[in-house]
Amino acid sequence: MRTRLVTVLLALITAILVIPGPAATADEQGGESLHGQILNPDDRDQGVEGIGITVFDGEDEIGAGETDSDGMWEVELPGPGTYRVVVDQESVPSEFVVREGIIVDGETEVEVEADDQRPLIIALERPGGSDDGSASPSEEESEDAGAAAGDDEAVAPAADSGGSFGERFVQLTAAGLLFGLVIAVSAIGLSLIFGTTKMINFAHGDMVTFGAMVALVFSTGAAGLGNSLLAIFAGLGVAVLLGGFLENRLSRPVLVIAQWTAIFGGIALATVLGVMGDAVGWSVPLWLAAAVAVLMGAVLGASMERYVWRPLRHRNVALIQMFIVSIGLALVLRHVILVLFGAGRSRYAGYQIQDPVQFGPVAMPPRDLVVMGVAVVVLVGVACLLQFTRIGKAMRAVSDNRDLAESSGIDVDRVTLYVWGLGGGLSALGGVLYGLNQIVEYEMGFRLLLMMFAAVILGGLGTAYGAMVGGLAVGLVAMLSTLWFPSQLMQAWALALMILMLLIRPQGLLGRRERVG
Amino acid sequence: MDILSILAESTRSALGPIAAIYALAAVGLNFHFGYTGLLNFGQVGFMLVGAYGVGVSVAVFDLPLLVGFGVGLLCALVLALLLGVPTLRLRADYLAITTIAAAEVLRLVYRAGFAEPVTGGVYGLQNLASGFRTLNPFDGGTRYGVGALAYNGNHLWVLVVTWGLVALMVGLTWMLMHSPWGRVIKGIREDEDAVRSLGKNVFAYKMQALVLGGLIGAMAGCMLAVYQASIQPDQFKPQVTFFLWVILLLGGAGRVFGPVLGAMAFWFLMTFTDGLLKGFGSLGWLPFLSGPDYGAIQLAFVGLLLVVLIVFRPQGIIGDRKEMLINVK
Repeated sequence: MRTRLVTVLLALITAILVIPGPAATADEQGGESLHGQILNPDDRDQGVEGIGITVFDGEDEIGAGETDSDGMWEVELPGPGTYRVVVDQESVPSEFVVREGIIVDGETEVEVEADDQRPLIIALERPGGSDDGSASPSEEESEDAGAAAGDDEAVAPAADSGGSFGERFVQLTAAGLLFGLVIAVSAIGLSLIFGTTKMINFAHGDMVTFGAMVALVFSTGAAGLGNSLLAIFAGLGVAVLLGGFLENRLSRPVLVIAQWTAIFGGIALATVLGVMGDAVGWSVPLWLAAAVAVLMGAVLGASMERYVWRPLRHRNVALIQMFIVSIGLALVLRHVILVLFGAGRSRYAGYQIQDPVQFGPVAMPPRDLVVMGVAVVVLVGVACLLQFTRIGKAMRAVSDNRDLAESSGIDVDRVTLYVWGLGGGLSALGGVLYGLNQIVEYEMGFRLLLMMFAAVILGGLGTAYGAMVGGLAVGLVAMLSTLWFPSQLMQAWALALMILMLLIRPQGLLGRRERVG
Repeated sequence: MDILSILAESTRSALGPIAAIYALAAVGLNFHFGYTGLLNFGQVGFMLVGAYGVGVSVAVFDLPLLVGFGVGLLCALVLALLLGVPTLRLRADYLAITTIAAAEVLRLVYRAGFAEPVTGGVYGLQNLASGFRTLNPFDGGTRYGVGALAYNGNHLWVLVVTWGLVALMVGLTWMLMHSPWGRVIKGIREDEDAVRSLGKNVFAYKMQALVLGGLIGAMAGCMLAVYQASIQPDQFKPQVTFFLWVILLLGGAGRVFGPVLGAMAFWFLMTFTDGLLKGFGSLGWLPFLSGPDYGAIQLAFVGLLLVVLIVFRPQGIIGDRKEMLINVK
């Protein structure tokens, strides 16, 4: 075995040494090129598409490139040397100009060394420039707000630019409440899952993204992709439900066959629907799409528990290892979402421009009021579920002490399954609510995850009510910090609050002292 | 599609400067997780402060490169203390949450608009390598090496220095882990309470390990800044940390050579899958996917690798399974 391995290695090394160099340098890794990304100065997470860039060697044109939808461009060069790069001023959108500095009159000289894939920074700005101060203060304010929405995904109200301190305080408090409610809805699942399984689900943020994306697909028109997803999740859902309800009534082989039939049936149906494509296109209003997203989120959570976490627990995989698995799952989920739905940023159509409704000093678009209403109703509903129903009591019992709950006759595995289903559904709903205020894109959930962590630690890991209280506190602190500090530091203040809590009361507001050892 | 040239390119990247930089950062992570059992999910934060230590010193204040390295390491020291003081007394999961959040917040702060005069905002900093290249004993323009395994002079210089640093740090790891200090550290990983009952100050030992690993991570960040000659904040996204975790687990956590082997294997696999996907794409075998999707598929593959490794071979290539059965304490 070992000699065979050595032989293979030797053969491989010889082969690599024999391959002539130029063959490899012709590949993408070698060779010289210029590349860069042109970003929208108002919103630096977005690129500017269609700007032409031409590279000259003396007077000879070497190559040309154009920025794609993310603002990325690349021009291959024939070899090292000094090149002249010209930005096509005509193709720059009329509202921007190229910032002078490295680039003078749309031209610059760059020196490229051998094998150098050199980045070239081309920055855009609003005409008038940053240093001559001609931009009026109000315009700068609104640019700030735009940048904040892009950088930190702040749920910044549109109208916070003007007004006295008092007015801004009230307005930001309202925005903070809204943000806090969204965090709370998404974070309850995280906290309950931690309570019942002692595991931090790093994939929770991507479950939020999933909900937002699915609602977007079904509200703008589900063709092949949406139908296929629906079919797969229907199959998974049937399989999980069969397992949940008929586990003790059917014999095991029958159950397993039924479950796998459901799953493969779903996949087969999905393939058929995917091939049919746009032939069965349909779309529903957003509230219905949100309901579909919540259902699919619940199925996602439950099937993750059923097919990943339960087997791992039964194999006695240690908790640290489970954390790492959940990070891996988060990566898989996020990038599958990226492949399926694309990297574009979109919004729910029809809810963007609305006339604000005045409540005394607070002005809010009806959309935000609906978001707040839904969030409050859901939070109260979840509280009632936990407090008064049988399954809710069981969830709290398992969360409190898993072994004791099991020995007093509670089916812990089933309760954990329900917790994951509930958590998945709530996170999907949180995604839709967050997406209504913000831009829907594949990294939105990860950004929210940090706020959720701050919320659950603040409120006390493992307690559902703690997540609600913590979420509200984090939302308020994040929003109110923008009164005095730059809005890009919002998340930092939420994190600072979390660290302060860890220093003075590590078990959180509603946690019990003994848990943290 | 030429499978041999893909293999050659993969080997080239497995030995190249990027693999060396990741190996260095993973050696730091090995101190945290492999030996002390600290769940640091924010190693990229240490790399970021290291890289920006060099970047800001060299590009903004025109200081020599060595001062830049010093500043980077100093920043990492401060960051480690700031992270450690509130969380190291608590259970491991608190450190995990705090580190992942702190690294992401650092990135957001460095790319924020108000920091632009110092950090260059989203555009980052450029022209960082001239000080390093004047020391270069190789000629920057010529290619050194045999066949496909050739690097140009500047890259070779970075490569030699970084692998040299890796060797140095691996040696340091070996010596420390065979000292009384190392035995206490490993004891903390196995059973914190037992070590505490022997009269050792567990908090101080954990803090020392966190600082040491963080410094090595910052060193990797410095070398990254020197290698690329430019840095942008968005290079330091959390997925870099997850790459480091895959590297560590692939090679074998708690093993001196684990991170080195892991980095080579990881970058071989990354370049190989990239070449394979592009090859299939150019043959028209992947009709539903376009160019940008390949990167996403690769990252999903990294995630899957992480899951599969943990479930089926938590000890990695050269690890010891018994050492990897640690749990949250």
